[in-house]
Amino acid sequence: MGQLFMVGVDGSDGCRRAVDFAADQAARAGADLLLVHVIEWSRYEFLSPSEVAERHRQRERELEDAQTRLLDPLRDRLKAAGAEPRTVIRFGHGAEELCSAAAENKACQVFIGRRGRSRVTTLLFGGVAGALVQMAPVPVTVVP
Amino acid sequence: MTRPPLPRALFPPVFAALVAAAGPAAAQTTADLAGAPELGIDARVNAAIGPVADVFAGIIFYSVPVMGADLPLIVVWLITAALFFTVYFGFINFRGFGHALRLVRGDYEDPNDRGEVSHFQALTAALSGTVGLGNIAGVAIAVSLGGPGATFWMILAGLLGMTSKFTECTLGVKYRRVNADGTVSGGPMYYLSQGLAERGMGGLGRFLAVFFAIMCVGGSLGGGNMFQINQAFQQFVNVTGGDASPLAGRGWIFGLIAAVLVGIVIIGGIRSIVRVTEKVVPFMCGLYVLAGLIIILVHWAEIPAAFGAIITGAFSPEGVAGGFVGVLIQGFRRAAFSNEAGIGSAAIAHSAVRTKEPVTEGYVALLEPFVDTVIVCTVTALVIVITGTYGTPDADGVSLTSQAFGSTIGWFPYVLAVAVILFAFSTMISWSYYGLKSWTYLFGETRAADVSFKLLFCVFVVIGSSLQLGAVVDFSDAMIFAMSLPNLVGLYLLAPVVRRELANYRAKLRSGEIRAHGHAPPAGAAVRR
Repeated sequence: MGQLFMVGVDGSDGCRRAVDFAADQAARAGADLLLVHVIEWSRYEFLSPSEVAERHRQRERELEDAQTRLLDPLRDRLKAAGAEPRTVIRFGHGAEELCSAAAENKACQVFIGRRGRSRVTTLLFGGVAGALVQMAPVPVTVVP
Repeated sequence: MTRPPLPRALFPPVFAALVAAAGPAAAQTTADLAGAPELGIDARVNAAIGPVADVFAGIIFYSVPVMGADLPLIVVWLITAALFFTVYFGFINFRGFGHALRLVRGDYEDPNDRGEVSHFQALTAALSGTVGLGNIAGVAIAVSLGGPGATFWMILAGLLGMTSKFTECTLGVKYRRVNADGTVSGGPMYYLSQGLAERGMGGLGRFLAVFFAIMCVGGSLGGGNMFQINQAFQQFVNVTGGDASPLAGRGWIFGLIAAVLVGIVIIGGIRSIVRVTEKVVPFMCGLYVLAGLIIILVHWAEIPAAFGAIITGAFSPEGVAGGFVGVLIQGFRRAAFSNEAGIGSAAIAHSAVRTKEPVTEGYVALLEPFVDTVIVCTVTALVIVITGTYGTPDADGVSLTSQAFGSTIGWFPYVLAVAVILFAFSTMISWSYYGLKSWTYLFGETRAADVSFKLLFCVFVVIGSSLQLGAVVDFSDAMIFAMSLPNLVGLYLLAPVVRRELANYRAKLRSGEIRAHGHAPPAGAAVRR
């Protein structure tokens, strides 16, 4: 098995640029592509009893939505360009999950798009890209 | 009722709008104008339900005189069960405490189950239904009637109640039903009918399940709805000027607004309101406990004396009707009312957690009476005892607690009013769900049954807020306690099932088949070091 390049994807423009850039790099290096989408989730979030009862169904819907609306179109686009990307969906904290996914799949590089939010927003909420750069086990390429 | 005076300037703008909507009636005549026509309806409803309610409440709260005090048998029923399960499961309420905390923290979470309902979420969802007016108003009643010593018995009842919750929530998960659409239905209705059918007592199981469901519907409309909105409205009127409050005697306006909000959440499925409440309620709960601790610390010199009063008051009270037994009853009764251990309601909320081992949810449920009674109720009681407010004449329930907090932190009664309204709202949302599950258990999971109950629930919000229905509230209180009759019979009969589950689970823990996944730091963290 050859090298694996991993791309963290959400629905943003930055993510599409990152996917295109990573696909280009992967084609040059002869590496495989893995698209990882993280659905923000915390075990400490508060739910009402009726939400608790419906959570399993809700989760199935979130998974299906992410697959059909985000990952499938991206994969189709890459397939048209000749690549054969795998896709993974995970629940949890964005940067943490991307790191675990990179380690579990033995990716040798991670690509991520920059959302391009204002300095204040980033200061308050942090950015996935920034956090990933801080904690990733492998080199990270942030695509502007 | 005594209350702190409130400067007009403090009225929030929303409130001013309400006053405008209510018309220009002078404040002092408001009560007369609005009170007169409603009195007739109150009296008629009370007269219609009164006799039935009296008989029913008389049966449920049947008391025997013990050493000069009236001992309600239902309290004996709940405490005996709690004590029995505590011994039967080898004091799991103490021994399982640490494991429960680790489960809540997610140490044993299967990574494949991420995104599902976590133990923490099931626990907090259940807590939103129990942390409420019982912790604020009920405790004040216990201390004003039973003296400081009631605190001791309340804590003891809370500690024992942990095992009742352990038992019912384990069964709730074991016998839950996963519907075709992926939603989960669980609770006493299911473990009573299916659990007992497995043991060859299908007929009895069905009877108990239906009995439970009927009582639960009544309890959700009463104690889980009318009682809550009624008390919230009282506190709201108290802090906005009492009889001079623009809403005094106009509970229907308050009720209508609340009913619309409840309706938007439960019928409209608009989650944003519940999102806000579910986030603010834990914050309020924390703020309440924090304020309590600050008051206790401010009065640090009196702490030893307060504990002395609690311990001596528990065993040799002076001036309490019924003496030792009287104090004990007050403590036990209010603890049971507050944490609902043995009532069966929590098993409905806990049943949807994602776990392969039903016992894990039992462990987590242990923490519920601990948080509710041993922490929150005790803080209320300590504040009332330490500030010496419990001897105050003319104050009981919410207003006594309000005074006790207000004596040290002057503005706290306003925060308390907001907290009470939010607690009431979140309790109502939780109980609407418990009532709905029982209703659909009785009438089938159809859309018509679903909507009809939700509409009925909203109508009862308005009724509970606008009428002074003493008899109906007694009736609904009785129904909540009556839920414990079928529930505990089932728990006794199914206790061996829980014991088997517990033994299997412990064996798997010992053998290492179930391991803590722990909070392994992300792989990157390890590499970086």
